[in-house]
Amino acid sequence: MKATPYLLSLPALLLFGAVVIVPLVMTVLLSFHDWGQYKGIEPVFVLKNWHEVLTDSYFLEMFWRTFRIAFLVTLLTALLGAPEAYILNRMRSPWRGLFLLVILGPLLISVVARTLGWALLFGGSSGVVNKALISMGLISAPLPFMFTETGVVIALAHVLMPYMVLAVWAALQRLDPQVENAAVALGAGPFTVLRRIVLPQIMPGILSGAVIVFALAASAFATPAIIGGRRLKVASTLAYDEFLNTLNWPLGAAVAVLLLFALVAIVIGTSRLVERRYAQVFS
Amino acid sequence: MAFLTLDRLTKRFGTHAAVDGLSLGVEKGEFVSLLGPSGCGKTTTLQLIAGFVEPTSGGITLEGRDLLAVKPARRGLGIVFQSYALFPHMTVAENVGFGLEMQGVAAAERVRRVGETLELVGLGAFTGRFPRQMSGGQQQRVALARALVIKPQILLLDEPLSNLDAKLREEMQIELRQIQRSLGTTTILVTHDQAEAMALSDRLVVMNHGRAEQIGAPHEAYERPATPFVASFLGKTNLVNGATVRPEKIAFAAEGLAGTVRTRIFQGSHWLYQVETAGGLVTVIRQNTGEPVPAEGDAVHLAWAAAA
Repeated sequence: MKATPYLLSLPALLLFGAVVIVPLVMTVLLSFHDWGQYKGIEPVFVLKNWHEVLTDSYFLEMFWRTFRIAFLVTLLTALLGAPEAYILNRMRSPWRGLFLLVILGPLLISVVARTLGWALLFGGSSGVVNKALISMGLISAPLPFMFTETGVVIALAHVLMPYMVLAVWAALQRLDPQVENAAVALGAGPFTVLRRIVLPQIMPGILSGAVIVFALAASAFATPAIIGGRRLKVASTLAYDEFLNTLNWPLGAAVAVLLLFALVAIVIGTSRLVERRYAQVFS
Repeated sequence: MAFLTLDRLTKRFGTHAAVDGLSLGVEKGEFVSLLGPSGCGKTTTLQLIAGFVEPTSGGITLEGRDLLAVKPARRGLGIVFQSYALFPHMTVAENVGFGLEMQGVAAAERVRRVGETLELVGLGAFTGRFPRQMSGGQQQRVALARALVIKPQILLLDEPLSNLDAKLREEMQIELRQIQRSLGTTTILVTHDQAEAMALSDRLVVMNHGRAEQIGAPHEAYERPATPFVASFLGKTNLVNGATVRPEKIAFAAEGLAGTVRTRIFQGSHWLYQVETAGGLVTVIRQNTGEPVPAEGDAVHLAWAAAA
């Protein structure tokens, strides 16, 4: 029976259609509707919102900031997460499990709680760390963290680190443990082994981790909302504000849809590039 | 003094002695096999020589120099790993050339020597391939070429043929022996396959529980096993009335130990029998000469010459 597989996946397809496809299509349609302060949403077809989003320098700057933050977060998680995964992979058995738990544990805690932790530590002059540093006389004014891009990047990198570590960890698991010994026996020093043997082999893992982290960072809401607040808006917090504060749903929809399409394009493009680059080497 | 000397080499993991006071001298150009069941310490011994594992006590000298004082990366040994451990992100030529690159050999010279070595293992046309695009046997040759191209003082082979199918393994055994003889590279092979060890080696080190049970030429160890373990590990043996007898030394005769043929298995070049006797089940191997042979259930008599 050829229909059986389709019938079996029908419930999942229906659910997927109901909760993903339909709202998505409605959001896309919404972005073409008109809106006015007093008239509300008018179900007509206008390009006003798209024109505004694509030409206004305010939106341009905000999208530019969103992807700059996402890029820096990705870079930071790769620079810290890849070595972290490598060290973790070389640990002996009781420690390895323990530290893996330490790294993955935060995934069990709400993003809001984790981000508020940063706010408690660095939140203005009442933040614990700022207080301590000021009372020790190391700094005179609180470290600028809240409402700064640096703050958002650091907090997001912390929140998204487990995804990078997991991706690199998976790549390291596929590594033949004897390969490093083989390189050593051929005369390679520890640094050469890392750079020439280990790194190229875990590169697909780093890149797939980077795609995940980038997508999550660019679409993150809770962390930029808490650390960046109203002063430092990114695409997701802007869309939220348009929906819930300004009540300009069509404009918010245009921002959200543009973010989605830009992300899909970036993620698919990068994946294609990675696949083509490594097709010969890794099956 | 031998070319490579292991002097009361010992490696303990906790209280377990993986290698227990192993002493061995390997002559230049010799092919020595470390043979034994898994867990006998043969692989640990190889890793001690390679420097991947530090000994608890004992010494290793190469041409009189203390090898333990030399870092693994400076020992200049060629190693072929059981998994081949090829660099998957490098082409065959890059894999084989890696050791030369590490030695700082100039690019042109490198290309020449890589080409030469790949010709030697019969892969001259495969320089641009990646390991994933090759068969197990071809990958095995790349691993061998990578180990040989640096002109190692010693070639260490860690179960190099165990991942190949039976027919390919036999071909590679012959090829490995020819290459080793033509280059004269001192070689140490680690294997659990007694047939492979006997086919390739000048001398065997039969190991059990981290110790050498017997060190000697394959023929000598087979004919005159020093311990019951060696006797049972090298080929098939029968324990008849307290004496060990090789199955192929037993003949059907007019008189001798009486028994009944339980099973008879045809194996092409020979017949394999299980004969039930008063002294227990006896395995007998007879050449297939084309003459009539006893059938299952037949009453027979077994005779053999007393062990030398």
